[in-house]
Amino acid sequence: MDHLIHSFFNFEILSQAWPLLLAGFWMTVGLALLVVPLGLAGGLLVALASTSRHRLARWLVVIYVDFFRAFPPLVLLMFIAFGLPFLGFNPGAFIAVALSLLLNTSSYYGEIFRAGIESIARGQHEAARSTGLSVPQTMAYVVLPQAIKNVVPDLISNTLEVIKLTSLASVVALPELLYAARQAQSLTYNATPIIAAGIIYLVCLWPLVRLLSRFEHRQIALH
Amino acid sequence: MQLERLADTFFNLQVMQQYLPKIVEGFFITIQIALAVVLAGIASGLLLALVRAFRIRAVNFFIILGVDVLRALPPLVLIIGFYFALPAIGVRMSAWVATWLALSLVLMAFAEEIFWAGILAVPKGQWEAARSTGLSFVQTLTEVVMPQAVRMTIPPLTNRTIAITKGTALGAVVAVGEILYQAQTAYSFSYNPSPLVLGAVAYLILFIPVAYFGRWVEKRFVWKR
Repeated sequence: MDHLIHSFFNFEILSQAWPLLLAGFWMTVGLALLVVPLGLAGGLLVALASTSRHRLARWLVVIYVDFFRAFPPLVLLMFIAFGLPFLGFNPGAFIAVALSLLLNTSSYYGEIFRAGIESIARGQHEAARSTGLSVPQTMAYVVLPQAIKNVVPDLISNTLEVIKLTSLASVVALPELLYAARQAQSLTYNATPIIAAGIIYLVCLWPLVRLLSRFEHRQIALH
Repeated sequence: MQLERLADTFFNLQVMQQYLPKIVEGFFITIQIALAVVLAGIASGLLLALVRAFRIRAVNFFIILGVDVLRALPPLVLIIGFYFALPAIGVRMSAWVATWLALSLVLMAFAEEIFWAGILAVPKGQWEAARSTGLSFVQTLTEVVMPQAVRMTIPPLTNRTIAITKGTALGAVVAVGEILYQAQTAYSFSYNPSPLVLGAVAYLILFIPVAYFGRWVEKRFVWKR
């Protein structure tokens, strides 16, 4: 027991590692704050393009979505971080991470928004158009508000996944929470920082998990 | 000229030929881990959901707690924890086992939630009707409720399973010899990104059919009764 506490819950080690962990935490928060809103916006664009009347636009969207959903996000990250420099463009770790997460998550968000838009009956479009609203107005004021409401649980679920994905940044040495924990572990020869990082993730993401679980059960009960 | 250099960098046939056997080896290791994760994760998730159906308060408290923790932690944190932190208390496992165990636990948590949602979706009247015909609780659960519940859960479970099996790439971080690890190692030996391209192609070959299978399942088993 003592050994367990010494190795995993060592407060002396924790106080040494704390500044590093805190800096890592803020980097994780920064990444999430950049990627989630941009991913949502990108996903919305993807979904709107998939409702386009131009066949080419719809095709491009399907290819984009399938392509980036088929790749494991870490593979995408490696490719961008190590492949792009050969094209004479070195994005740096932060941009590489943000870009790969964006490409991945905008296709997931896109599929979710598309499902939401498809859940709105055709008659709603027609009714809105017949009152004199233009196509963009119909989309913005009639279809999207209802569509988004229908897919809130899926949006939360994907947001949770993206935030968890920021931990991949540790692989390209971007000093976010997990990387900071690994670094602190190798400096102190003690596993406490890794356990601490786990607890920080848990404390931050647990409310989101609870919220989601509640939505899921309610969604089923409605059927 | 530019194009030639580009092809030489990203599609260098000589490099590709040299490392193709390694990528193929990784391809099969990826499939191996993925299958092991799917089997272990779904079976244990189903078991947990069945146990939860008995509604024993103390037991369910721990199931819910465990599932929540596993859904909140990034899988990479679990893998790193198993591989680099557990040895500090004398628990050692290979990188393969650490990756498999972490992903299986994550899939177990998601599968349990999905199966449980399915069980809840079966109307109460079904339970009552089955019990009144003389079926025991266990018979009702396994022969009346679960067949309906499982059918409803197939689309969300398939999608979640696909997403988690893509996590096998995380094994590269602890040097499991799957596709990404092989591609990355080959890249650093040859200092040429062609192996990464080869690895990416391997993932596309593996996961595009899986993605289409997921879409087909979604259409075939719509979440409804």
